[in-house]
Amino acid sequence: MRLEGRAHCFGDDVNTDYIISGKYKFKTLDMKELARHVMEDLDPEFYAKVRPGDFIVAGTNFGCGSSREQAPLAIKYAGIGAVLARSFARIFFRNAINTGLPVVECDTSGIRPGDELVVDLERGVVLNRTRNLEIPVRPLPPVMLRILADGGLAAHFQKHGNFALE
Amino acid sequence: MGKTVAEKIFGRAAGREVAAGELVVARVDYIMGQDGTAPLAISAFYDLGGVRPADPGRIAFVIDHSAPSPNEGVSALHKLMREFAREHGITLYDVGDGVCHQVIPESGHIGPGSLVVGADSHTCTYGALGCVATGVGSTDLAAAMITGSLWFKVPHTMRVLCRGKLPPGVYAKDLILRIIGDVGADGATYLAVEYAGEAVDDLSMDGRFTLCNMAVEMGAKTGIVPADEKTLAWLGQFTPRAFAPVRPDPDAAYAAVREYDVSTLVPQVACPHRVDNVVPVDEVAGTRIQQAVLGTCTNGRLEDLRVAAGILRGRKVHRDTRLIVAPASRRVLLAAMREGIIQDLVEAGAAVVTPGCGPCVGTHNGIPADGERVISTANRNFKGRMGNNKAEIYLASPATVAASALAGEITDPREFVR
Repeated sequence: MRLEGRAHCFGDDVNTDYIISGKYKFKTLDMKELARHVMEDLDPEFYAKVRPGDFIVAGTNFGCGSSREQAPLAIKYAGIGAVLARSFARIFFRNAINTGLPVVECDTSGIRPGDELVVDLERGVVLNRTRNLEIPVRPLPPVMLRILADGGLAAHFQKHGNFALE
Repeated sequence: MGKTVAEKIFGRAAGREVAAGELVVARVDYIMGQDGTAPLAISAFYDLGGVRPADPGRIAFVIDHSAPSPNEGVSALHKLMREFAREHGITLYDVGDGVCHQVIPESGHIGPGSLVVGADSHTCTYGALGCVATGVGSTDLAAAMITGSLWFKVPHTMRVLCRGKLPPGVYAKDLILRIIGDVGADGATYLAVEYAGEAVDDLSMDGRFTLCNMAVEMGAKTGIVPADEKTLAWLGQFTPRAFAPVRPDPDAAYAAVREYDVSTLVPQVACPHRVDNVVPVDEVAGTRIQQAVLGTCTNGRLEDLRVAAGILRGRKVHRDTRLIVAPASRRVLLAAMREGIIQDLVEAGAAVVTPGCGPCVGTHNGIPADGERVISTANRNFKGRMGNNKAEIYLASPATVAASALAGEITDPREFVR
């Protein structure tokens, strides 16, 4: 999987309430509608700024808080190609893989807003084209790689009928 | 090498000996979804090719996050849950039954040694019963409903040893806030947190639920209080089923051990906008507040309401402050009514709302105005959490919330507790 896009940078501990506020997420299953409010409390202009394939780049503990799967889904439906962070909260990480949103654990300290990035999940590197930096990626556990490669857990089940993790 | 509680429970559920770090597919004993997550789990159920759940008797849906429904969008989702539950024979707890994390332990379906998943991050609360309970997303919940199993990484465990006796006016909530302040919002990521020591033994079951409820606020997969006689006596109210307590081996391997002497602990407050931004109450005492919230899956239980009523009885909430009370469940509300607690709270000026999550999670029942400050017994104070990103939320114990509601400003409750 090779992805290209621009960086949108955020700090540490971006929680699921910031990703998609509870005041929206309980009302609807329309993810396109939810996507319009993604990251709104941190940057009201965020949705308007995103071009398809762009990346969210953050510090530690991205996605902490609620188990709401609306969080990775809203990010995905906003057109984001992957989230890059120094570390992720546990439930968000699983939910992202299950919904087919690539999550990339790497040192994000050398990435600035607007940097042009290439994420190469096969080689396990992020190339920062703007700064000519190559950043190694922490490899995903094979189970998660398999689910992500299938396109998420629904596609994995459609293909295998159950968990095919061995 | 000995085993932790989490290793033992995952080993039993996987049908083989396991050690921390291993990947397992384990049979799940109970599965819970609430109205913020179950509707998405229902659509994921069909996306995954689900036809019927593996065992509907092991699944419950709880309508608590927006209960009763504040708008037609939510009403449609509630209807979807009711119809799916009826079609498949799934237990549904409806409007007024209470917060999932009180209703499920009261159901008698889970106990020591159980493996539970819930589509809510505070599912870790049930660890107070000596089980492994963890939050998952809607797609994982759907997979568990279809197959009866889920894949897990067996977690390493952090042990938190609490010695000494809590002083008057200091509670389980103050202890867990202090621990989170020290460990940090991601200091226990992927870990199980096993609580031990005489201070934990001394806690009531209500206090143990509070301790386990907030484990996720330091990133943990679950919090666990190994079961004892107190656990079994509490469960005995709800089920005749005999559960065998699971205890850690004396030579179990821990990823980290933290020790606390609780006898010197003072009331703690988590300040905006982070749960790990914790200070002793005197550092923020005098901060004006416009709203106080007593309730939630953290602190809406009988003991919590009793402590607050003890402070509020015969007094009046400050005229510039609203006090909103949301009991954790119908059973808690009924017990509080029988004890006269609700009478005391209402006479003091409290507004009692339907047992549920609304005031904590910003769906309805007390959204603050721009620039307002709230003190709450809940577990999260993220910006916008209560439905307005221009409000500030402080987290504290029921005693601190009650004392603050009286004074109209953040107040050390110890002057009210003898």
